[in-house]
Amino acid sequence: MSFPTVVFYVLSAILIFAGLRVITAKNPVHAALYLVLAFFTSAGHWLLLESEFLAISLVLVYVGAVMVLFLFVVMMLDINFEKLREGFWKNAPLAGTVGLIMVGEMVLILMSPEASLGSYKGAAPLAADASNIRELGRLIYTTYLWPFELAAVVLLVGMVAAIALTMRKRKDTKFVNPGDQVVVRRDDRVRLVKMAAVKRSEPVAEAESADQQA
Amino acid sequence: MLTLTHFLVLAAILFAISVLGIFLNRKNVIVLLMAIELMLLAVNFNFIAFSHYLSDTAGQIFVFFILTVAAAESAIGLAILVVLFRNLQTINVEDLGSLKG
Amino acid sequence: MDMKSLYLLIALAPLAGSLIAGLFGWAIGRRASHVVTILGVAVSAVLSLKVLSGFISGQTEVFNGSVYTWLTVGGHEYAVGFLVDKLTAMMMVVVSCVSLMVHIYTIGYMQEDPGYQRFFSYISLFTFSMLMLVMSNNFIQLFFGWEAVGLVSYLLIGFWFKRPTATFANLKAFLVNRVGDFGFLLGIGLVLAHFGGSLNYNDVFAAAPALANKTIQIFPGVEWSLMTVTCILLFVGAMGKSAQFPLHVWLPDSMEGPTPISALIHAATMVTAGLFMVSRMSPLFEMSDTALNFVMISGTITALFMGFLGIVQNDIKKVVAYSTLSQLGYMTVALGASAYSAAMFHVMTHAFFKALLFLGAGSVIMGMHHDQDMRNMGGLRKYMPITWITSLIGSLALIGTPFFSGFYSKDSIIEAVAASHLPFAGVAYWALIIGVFVTAFYSFRMYFLVFHGKERWMENHGAHHGHDDDHDDEEPSTDHHHGLGPNDKPHESPWVVTLPLLALAIPSVLIGFFAIEPLLFGDFFKGAITIDALKHPGMHELAEEFHGPVAMAVHALSTLPFWLALSGVVVAWFFYLKAPQIPAAIKQQFSAVHKVLENKYYLDDLYFNLFAKGARALGTLFWKVGDMLLIDGLMVNGTAKLVGVFSRLTRKLQTGFIYSYATTMIIGVLGLMTLWFAGIILR
Repeated sequence: MSFPTVVFYVLSAILIFAGLRVITAKNPVHAALYLVLAFFTSAGHWLLLESEFLAISLVLVYVGAVMVLFLFVVMMLDINFEKLREGFWKNAPLAGTVGLIMVGEMVLILMSPEASLGSYKGAAPLAADASNIRELGRLIYTTYLWPFELAAVVLLVGMVAAIALTMRKRKDTKFVNPGDQVVVRRDDRVRLVKMAAVKRSEPVAEAESADQQA
Repeated sequence: MLTLTHFLVLAAILFAISVLGIFLNRKNVIVLLMAIELMLLAVNFNFIAFSHYLSDTAGQIFVFFILTVAAAESAIGLAILVVLFRNLQTINVEDLGSLKG
Repeated sequence: MDMKSLYLLIALAPLAGSLIAGLFGWAIGRRASHVVTILGVAVSAVLSLKVLSGFISGQTEVFNGSVYTWLTVGGHEYAVGFLVDKLTAMMMVVVSCVSLMVHIYTIGYMQEDPGYQRFFSYISLFTFSMLMLVMSNNFIQLFFGWEAVGLVSYLLIGFWFKRPTATFANLKAFLVNRVGDFGFLLGIGLVLAHFGGSLNYNDVFAAAPALANKTIQIFPGVEWSLMTVTCILLFVGAMGKSAQFPLHVWLPDSMEGPTPISALIHAATMVTAGLFMVSRMSPLFEMSDTALNFVMISGTITALFMGFLGIVQNDIKKVVAYSTLSQLGYMTVALGASAYSAAMFHVMTHAFFKALLFLGAGSVIMGMHHDQDMRNMGGLRKYMPITWITSLIGSLALIGTPFFSGFYSKDSIIEAVAASHLPFAGVAYWALIIGVFVTAFYSFRMYFLVFHGKERWMENHGAHHGHDDDHDDEEPSTDHHHGLGPNDKPHESPWVVTLPLLALAIPSVLIGFFAIEPLLFGDFFKGAITIDALKHPGMHELAEEFHGPVAMAVHALSTLPFWLALSGVVVAWFFYLKAPQIPAAIKQQFSAVHKVLENKYYLDDLYFNLFAKGARALGTLFWKVGDMLLIDGLMVNGTAKLVGVFSRLTRKLQTGFIYSYATTMIIGVLGLMTLWFAGIILR
């Protein structure tokens, strides 16, 4: 068994274990951390497949940004995760069956002579100074320029959407609207009332009558 | 000697695990999102494996874009989750039935 | 003035009068209304007479040309056009002259009616429509005139539209005419489809000989002669318009209209439109003996059995109405016997003497203050001398007294039928002979009851307001005093009424004598009426035996019809003047027969119960089942309900929970995968 094969099997074992832990961990924080592990091992696999740039960006983008985002959210929200795990194993038999059938079928399809995957022998190993990044960059900025720009727009939209969704005004903030201040008129604020002069009633007589009643 | 089949079977297993995860964590939206990330990872595996064994860099470009879209998706997904929690004080999928027909 | 403008003027002058009186009658008043309409019709009448005299003297040529292209549909051009030959000229004269008389008469008759201007507008409109009908040179214009006269007839029968009986009668007339018009329209359709695609008379007649033996399949497997089907369908239209059995039921009821209308439309002109049409179509009818037989049978039944009904009527107008039906039957029989000229001759004479009788009856009704029951009359000779003498002339003409106009036309018809070689002609001949007796009997029954005998309006006065008559319809308007008071005497009508009577009496006496030779045996109708002399030689045989009108009259004194007519008069005299108890006794004796006659052979009940109620039941069925159940219930509400039910079912799928959707999705992926997998395995 050659070295890459050994590395592949070790990494695969770690990846499957990490994947299983992601879906079974009681605490979402743990799940997120196992997902980080899964991404790391995947990056290792991708290095085996000579796609160094993607391996690095998987670590940087996913582990560095997305997973941190997950962890933020998990920790920020005050959630009773115990409650969410109620009936966790209830669907396990069905889920297991489905999963097994899926894996079985996929493996059988892949193994079947029809697929003839064996014919893909793989290219000769690249020269030591071959640059994966240069190759990708060339493609992205020539053939795939248009999708690249679109991807940029998608990211922008994602960012705007995320901010627009989560931004809110605090209920207790106090502020003035300058527009309203400018257009205000005197009549809105002051009311002049004309009243006829009234002669004071005689409090003495009133007091007397009150006394009499008492 | 590593063959294409090795990687594809690994991806298949990873995919099945994430399906399993969706089944098991049917109440927890956060873990559901994580399972989806896992699923995308499996898909990316396929792309890169094929790209390598076909000596075609285009597959890697696709992975690149998938990463982009997945990042945007999880950002928006988590944003929705936050808004949801802010309004309903829960992320339990069972409580999110307002669209029931 | 060229002929085209002349003919246009003839047709349009009454229309102009009608429009002025109809639209501006409220502004110009009664007097101006009748002046303008009479002026219009007078122009038509004078010009028509000029045209006819032109034809008689041979100066006028047959005119056939279109005036105006009405519409073009799918390559077919429909034009307003005139075909004026001698047949048309004769009809034009009859229509416009009778119409003129009726216009003048109406001044007197409708004097107190609030709808005075409306009435004049209608009758002028009728004159226009009828002229368009007879002057047409194509089927479309014929149909237009046909429907227009039907419309005016409808309007005029229901002129007193506040009376329920009048609205019932006009609806009935309209509906029965619809039946006939439906056949007529189908006939025109066949003509359009098979006769070279043109609706001009000349084109159709030119195309007809080639189609004599053509057959069509209306129901698969059954071959029908095209000519027979076409002719019978066209005649069905004539049946409706000319009130032939079994579509005659509307005519007696049409007497709900004012009397001038009964004279103009339902005796003299409109009802002869059908006969005119058949004569016009003689080149087609000549080719089908079956159709001619059909025509003859229908006419025979009408001529005889409607005459019987005339005997039992007590309403003076109804008697004249049934007499009209019977006479129309005579004309139809003549058509069936290929004696088109005889039929048209009778149309003409009948127009004059029947209009005279109707106007006379109207005069009597006016004299009796709008009481129409003959049992309340009697002895009117003293009080209404002009009405009396003109009515007598009309009756004599009607029963066929030698030298009177009716004699020449009616005897010609009887002779023509006797000479006809059609299989049904024998039966028809005897029916007509019997009809002569019947005609004489009911005509003089009416005459004696009205003008002779005791003056019964006094003695019947007590019963008068409680009216035992079952047709309680003698009330033109509610504020109108009707019937004579205890001290009233009948009075002669004003000159506007008696003048038309006198004017009509003259042709009633004379026209037959002068017109028979050119009209029947000369070549007056040559080119207008076609007779297949080989197949139907009746008229030619008659022509050989004809030796002048005087000889014909003298000869008639020794024939059966004359003696039958005479005996009819005598029996009527005996029954109703000498021994009035006899009719009552006979009525007692043959109460069953009397009942059948009184109920008009139960045809009205049959139609009412079978067709009217059947149609209503059918309509209710369609309404309830087709409309309410199928369309409203099943289609409209059903669609909505189906959507509702479907939605109620599918909303169960919409749980609102993400995990349901996710599960569904995964199961779907699994299924798809399995499908693919199975495909690989099975290969």
